[in-house]
Amino acid sequence: MSNDQSPGKIGEVVLAARNIAKSYGNIHALKGVNFDIHRGQVTTLFGENGAGKSTLMKILSGVVRPTSGEIVLDGKPITFSSSTEAREHGISIIHQELSLAPNMNVRDNIFMGREIRTATGVDFAEEERQTQALMAELEEDIDPLTLVEDLRLGQQQIVEIARALSVNSRILIMDEPTSALSASEVEVLFKVIRDLTSKGVSIVYISHHLEEALQITNHAVVLRDGTMTAYAERKNINLEWIVRHMVGENFDLGSPPTDHTIGSVALSIEGLSVPDPSGADYNVVDNLSLSVREGEIVCIYGLMGAGRTELLEAVAGRLSPSSGKVTLRGQNVTGKSIAECIRNGLVLVPEDRQRDGLVQTMTVGRNLSLASIGAITRVFFTSFTKEAQLVGDAIQRVHIKSDGGGAAIGSLSGGNQQKVVIGKMLATDPEVILLDEPSRGIDIGAKAEVFKLLAERAKRGLAVIYTTSEVGECLSIAHRIIVMRRGRISAEFGPDATKEQIMAASGEAVVTH
Amino acid sequence: MSVTTSVETSKPNAKGKRKKSLVELLFEGRAFFALIAIVIVFSSMSPNYFTINNFLIMSSHVAIFGLLAIGMLLVILNGGIDLSVGSTLGLAGVVAGFLMQGVTLPQFGVILYPPVWVVVVLTCLLGAVVGAVNGVLIAYLRVPAFVATLGVLYVARGIALLMTNGLTYNNLGGRPELGNTGFDWLGFNRLAGLPIGVLVLAVFAIACGILLSRTAFGRWLYSSGGNEHAAELSGVPVKRVKIIVYMLSGVCAAVAGLVLSSQLTSAGPTAGTTYELTAIAAVVIGGAALTGGRGTVIGTLLGAFVIGFLSDGLVIIGVSAYWQTVFTGAVIVMAVLLNSIKYGRRW
Repeated sequence: MSNDQSPGKIGEVVLAARNIAKSYGNIHALKGVNFDIHRGQVTTLFGENGAGKSTLMKILSGVVRPTSGEIVLDGKPITFSSSTEAREHGISIIHQELSLAPNMNVRDNIFMGREIRTATGVDFAEEERQTQALMAELEEDIDPLTLVEDLRLGQQQIVEIARALSVNSRILIMDEPTSALSASEVEVLFKVIRDLTSKGVSIVYISHHLEEALQITNHAVVLRDGTMTAYAERKNINLEWIVRHMVGENFDLGSPPTDHTIGSVALSIEGLSVPDPSGADYNVVDNLSLSVREGEIVCIYGLMGAGRTELLEAVAGRLSPSSGKVTLRGQNVTGKSIAECIRNGLVLVPEDRQRDGLVQTMTVGRNLSLASIGAITRVFFTSFTKEAQLVGDAIQRVHIKSDGGGAAIGSLSGGNQQKVVIGKMLATDPEVILLDEPSRGIDIGAKAEVFKLLAERAKRGLAVIYTTSEVGECLSIAHRIIVMRRGRISAEFGPDATKEQIMAASGEAVVTH
Repeated sequence: MSVTTSVETSKPNAKGKRKKSLVELLFEGRAFFALIAIVIVFSSMSPNYFTINNFLIMSSHVAIFGLLAIGMLLVILNGGIDLSVGSTLGLAGVVAGFLMQGVTLPQFGVILYPPVWVVVVLTCLLGAVVGAVNGVLIAYLRVPAFVATLGVLYVARGIALLMTNGLTYNNLGGRPELGNTGFDWLGFNRLAGLPIGVLVLAVFAIACGILLSRTAFGRWLYSSGGNEHAAELSGVPVKRVKIIVYMLSGVCAAVAGLVLSSQLTSAGPTAGTTYELTAIAAVVIGGAALTGGRGTVIGTLLGAFVIGFLSDGLVIIGVSAYWQTVFTGAVIVMAVLLNSIKYGRRW
């Protein structure tokens, strides 16, 4: 509606973030970021998971409000109180997580909240016509009356894109728009993007497929740990430049512990297959075999959707595998419940701390003792003395900075919360610990502490498997690096591997020159 | 190094917690202060209110709701809801009445008159079975708690009506020659001056308090209500906890049914209609969060006393039954309002 309201030169800054910071409690997602969006051009935001890309985009599109800093639109400072307000200024966003209503059809999703009204109700015929026009533009054969839940994921993403296009925004933010698209669909999307930019629409693009993004972008901005680390125009950069700035200088996350003997096999996974938990007809973990020895640290690297989480959850008893065998020190634990696995010494630290790791209504101490509470209960009554001792030990061992066991979980920083989750599982005295993205959403200092802690435990015979989507974290304490791609192991490296090798094996950046 | 600081800082912090402002203190103990306010107001309005005898009578009324509310508290701590307790109460009373009338076994040509303790045990078992049905529906068949217990509400009430054909069992006194006297003991007798019903409530409250604070089960219950995912991943048998919680709620309802029919010396199939709502109200007034994970037995007891003393007080000063309903409703809304301030925007 507004692309012709704003005549201006191609390439001039239309929307800018000035010193934007955003904190969630003690977690600093963004630490004073400056970011420019250029008229009629594509600006790509590069960065690893947790670098703050999505948070920045949510701030620019009015979904969340910054803690400090300002947004400048056409040279004037502005604040958005909602995404609707941002949309009225011509800014719209295609979210990474699809935000469609699966129970409604394509047409109603596209016009959700801005239905074309007539005196008697909604002009469905006009909405349908416009939907068809959008689908034609995207070269997709989707009937406007199909329910969104009946579409495959890639088509749902197309609908999401169509919805953003239908608003006629002058600034369009695309957060991972191609993650579920086929190569030909990506081609069409790029054609649409070129079309839009020629009409003066400014695009912000985020993608994990670095090469793909390089094809389309005019500007590249790299974000790391909530700060902008590099900016350049497309013509001055290449893939290597992006990777270098994304992973950054090596903050010392430790090295593989060596002065101890690696023992016998602690955990052995043979031919494990896990069907897709949402019911789709494929295996998220596909006939995978892996074994880990006492005192060994194994890192699993992979992109989102590579099957890392599902692998760990199937081993720890949260998902049931369709075939394969998991043995813990020679004992078959395949298909055992989570509680049985914990009793046998196999524990999982889940990926999503808030959803799966912590009980927010309980204190730090009670969270720490939760997994061991059965073990310190004699007949009927829990021994408070033993619990206090266990909590004290745990706080000491994993170095939790808090006001003792009685503090509220919410009072801790992200890193300390993560240590509570790890400390809770370590308190059960396990033989094998699986950690799903233990470094997610915690600052670099806390990361180093977590890795140091794991290395210390490994020296005393604990077998450690952790996953990560930050390649720098593979090259820290791990004795072995396993790269997963589409449910299978695509490569295995020693601690002397390079970042480029690991990323290439994951399918993230195929360096062909 | 962080360890020493954490141990040291824990003490001043604990002291700091005790130094609360008056507002916070009033807010923390809001159910308690509400109860005191109710007692003061009604005592000033009626000379009959502030007498030991009246308190004992009111307390034996509270006993019924209090028992239901304790069971309800366990369910709500788990993040669920049990709408079936009122019906279970009614069904328990009817089954007890039925057993007191003697069980005819035509194939043997005998009528069995079970002694009172057998009746009590069987009725409690019935409550546990009803609860187990709720629990299995919710934990294993993934029926939402609201819907599952709503269904059981209807079924239990229907069975109670079918058993009696809509009539009421009136003579629950038993006969000495049959050896089944003593049913009215629960409702009428006093031990050390206290009605048995109130003592039963006290015993259940203490047992429940110990269960919640001293046992692993209590911790499992709080954790699975606070975050079921996290609890399960910590090895908490969340499904088993859920089933046991509904069974305990059913047993509490059955005991309440026994006390009520003993107080009335009759068992009607419609006894306890809408009592589930009163029980939920008591739990909420007692400061528990309907989202689970937060709440205490003492709070719930105070909630039950607030509702009981308020409605009896209104009766004593002669306010119409319709106004009583309005007042009770207002108190519940107030309580939820205060809870929502306390727990932030989580409601």
